[in-house]
Amino acid sequence: MVGMPIEFRAVRKVYPDGTVAVDDFSHHVPSHKTVALVGSSGSGKTTLLRMVNRMVDPSSGSVLIDDEDVRTLDPVVLRRSIGYVLQAGGLLPHRTVLDNIATVPVLSGTPRRAARTAATELLERVGLDPSLGPRYPSQLSGGQQQRVGVARALAADPNILLMDEPFGAVDPIVRRELQDELLRLQAELGKTIVLVTHDIDEAFRVGDEVVVLREGGRVAQAGTPSQILTHPADDFVRDFVGADRPERLLTTVEVDGRRLVVDANGRPAGVLSP
Amino acid sequence: MNLFAEALAWLADPVHWSGPSGIAARLAQHLAITVAVVAVSAAVAIPVGVLVGHTRRGRGVVVAVAGAARAVPTLGLLTILGLMMGIGLQAPLAALVVLAIPSLLAGAYAGVEAVAPDVVDAARASGMSEAQVVRQVELPLAMPVLLGGVRAATLQVVATATLAAYVSDTGLGRYLFAGLKTRDYPQMLAGALLVIALTLVLEAVLASIQRAAARAAAPTHARRAPA
Amino acid sequence: MTWLSSAWPQVVDLTVRHLAVSAPAILLSIVLAVPLGRMAQRSPRAGGALLSAASVLYAVPALPLLIVVPVVLGIPLRSPATLVVALTVYGTALLVRTAADAFSSISDPVRQAAVSLGHSPRALFWRVELPLAVPVLVSGVRVVTVSTVGLATIGALVGIPSLGSLFTDGFQRGITAEVVTGIVTTVALALVLDAACLLAGRALTPWTRVGVAPSLGILPRPGGPRPTAGRGATGIPATAEAAR
Repeated sequence: MVGMPIEFRAVRKVYPDGTVAVDDFSHHVPSHKTVALVGSSGSGKTTLLRMVNRMVDPSSGSVLIDDEDVRTLDPVVLRRSIGYVLQAGGLLPHRTVLDNIATVPVLSGTPRRAARTAATELLERVGLDPSLGPRYPSQLSGGQQQRVGVARALAADPNILLMDEPFGAVDPIVRRELQDELLRLQAELGKTIVLVTHDIDEAFRVGDEVVVLREGGRVAQAGTPSQILTHPADDFVRDFVGADRPERLLTTVEVDGRRLVVDANGRPAGVLSP
Repeated sequence: MNLFAEALAWLADPVHWSGPSGIAARLAQHLAITVAVVAVSAAVAIPVGVLVGHTRRGRGVVVAVAGAARAVPTLGLLTILGLMMGIGLQAPLAALVVLAIPSLLAGAYAGVEAVAPDVVDAARASGMSEAQVVRQVELPLAMPVLLGGVRAATLQVVATATLAAYVSDTGLGRYLFAGLKTRDYPQMLAGALLVIALTLVLEAVLASIQRAAARAAAPTHARRAPA
Repeated sequence: MTWLSSAWPQVVDLTVRHLAVSAPAILLSIVLAVPLGRMAQRSPRAGGALLSAASVLYAVPALPLLIVVPVVLGIPLRSPATLVVALTVYGTALLVRTAADAFSSISDPVRQAAVSLGHSPRALFWRVELPLAVPVLVSGVRVVTVSTVGLATIGALVGIPSLGSLFTDGFQRGITAEVVTGIVTTVALALVLDAACLLAGRALTPWTRVGVAPSLGILPRPGGPRPTAGRGATGIPATAEAAR
């Protein structure tokens, strides 16, 4: 598997109206790892993500993929080489599920028939029945649309996957399933993944590394989920991850011979495995 | 392009402006026909349109009538009425009324129907009678769209009133048909330019009236600074 | 109807001529209005001017335009080309606003999604924007079709043969049946072409006519999560949107 690290070097983005979306952000995303950018709205997290595939060009600083400045690459070619999962799936409403998945291979010149065959295999890979192939996106549930979005991002077998609030538009139960599905896929595929979310629990669940962003894309803290939870850098991070919230402060009590885990309010959260 | 110069020269000749078949008289006739036809059509179509929009009944009929009327060629209508009613003003007036009704009907109906149901509901809830709902709420809010219908109808009528000259001796169209018959190209072109100018002036006037109505119907909307 | 029994070859001939003038004008209007409409949608400033110009052009009366066109272009007054040009001016002026609306109707997230997948500007237009604009475009083309077929009859006044010739001829000779035949044939032609547009539009946009299917289809995975993803919350609104 080819390694494809991503390097943000002092990127800054000022929009024409004067809004500073990102102010001097530097970070290294290692190959085969999932990095979750987490922050509230206005933290510039989506802007950072879109700098990688040149949907946004930084006002200063640079983004490097495998030591190559993306600004030297043709944006269209670059975008086809990077998988992108959009909010709410971002499926094209006029194409069937199979043709949505086959979009990038077909754009790059793969014959339609071969691309569709490959797309059918991808459907199964993301846990969907191949019989959904000829349907249109409007005929799918929200969770199915998200899965198709992931399949489409994987279709050109990219080394990098960008995910913009990929599970934001579905209910909590489906979101949980999709997160598990992502972990399973990532264990098989080992892509370099940058995922943007405002949900700290999602970031902790899927991120090998989590970057907590303040307003303007400034890093409040970067580290593994356990580092951040055990040693929040400051009050902002402590507050953001809810380190003082009752459900984060767990203790165990003995009930009927099992160790029950309870939060600070005494509400049960689970049992310890023997 | 030389023809344009000749046409302008024809227009500049004061001889062509005076007398019972002069430009001034024909302009007045043309405008009078237009105003009369729009007034008659509006008196018929706007109440019907408002009623349909208010009660939300008969919508299918309105759409079908408007659609069918648009597919009927005006010249065909004019000639068949001309054959039935004889040479004179009745045939073109009747044809123009038929032409004007669909736009007026559609404008009135669409305007009233587009008024937000919760606004109408609120008006009713605060004790207005149906007539008051129509007069004080629906009509003012529907006015921009309704006037859009009046504008479209007026433009169609002023343009098509040119054809009235085909079956009667009225309006600016006379110059076109007279010119066609005698191959007097400058006269024909001058008549064409007069009709075009009259139409564009009317269009500008009606557009500004419609904008004023839109401001009156949504005062905060028009004044709000761009975000 | 004795008139029709002897004159029907003439009616057929005029119908063909009518079609030969209307069809090119309709097609030319589409070819001109679609790129203009997309331009207007792209740059609002130039677009505003373009749309105002279109509405002014549309306000120009038909018969006077028929007389001005040959003078400007230097073609004979009685040439069918004169009529095609005049009808194209109207058709384009009428359609350009609908075309701009059609491109505005495409949601920005969809456009952004297409760009982020690596559609080049050209691929974006041909493979995403144009197909998605078709439903609204078709509604505009239908209006243009009906109006063009009706307006083409005006050509008879300056001597360009069409079904309108039945009006002028019938009026001069006092044959009511001839005028009625002209009206009926013109309306029928308009309705047939309108139906053809409707069917073509349907054939081009299969995705607008799908219902919501029961959301099964998540594969059960041994040891994996239970297949509950089917109760996604967005299925119904998404369909309502597509149905527009």
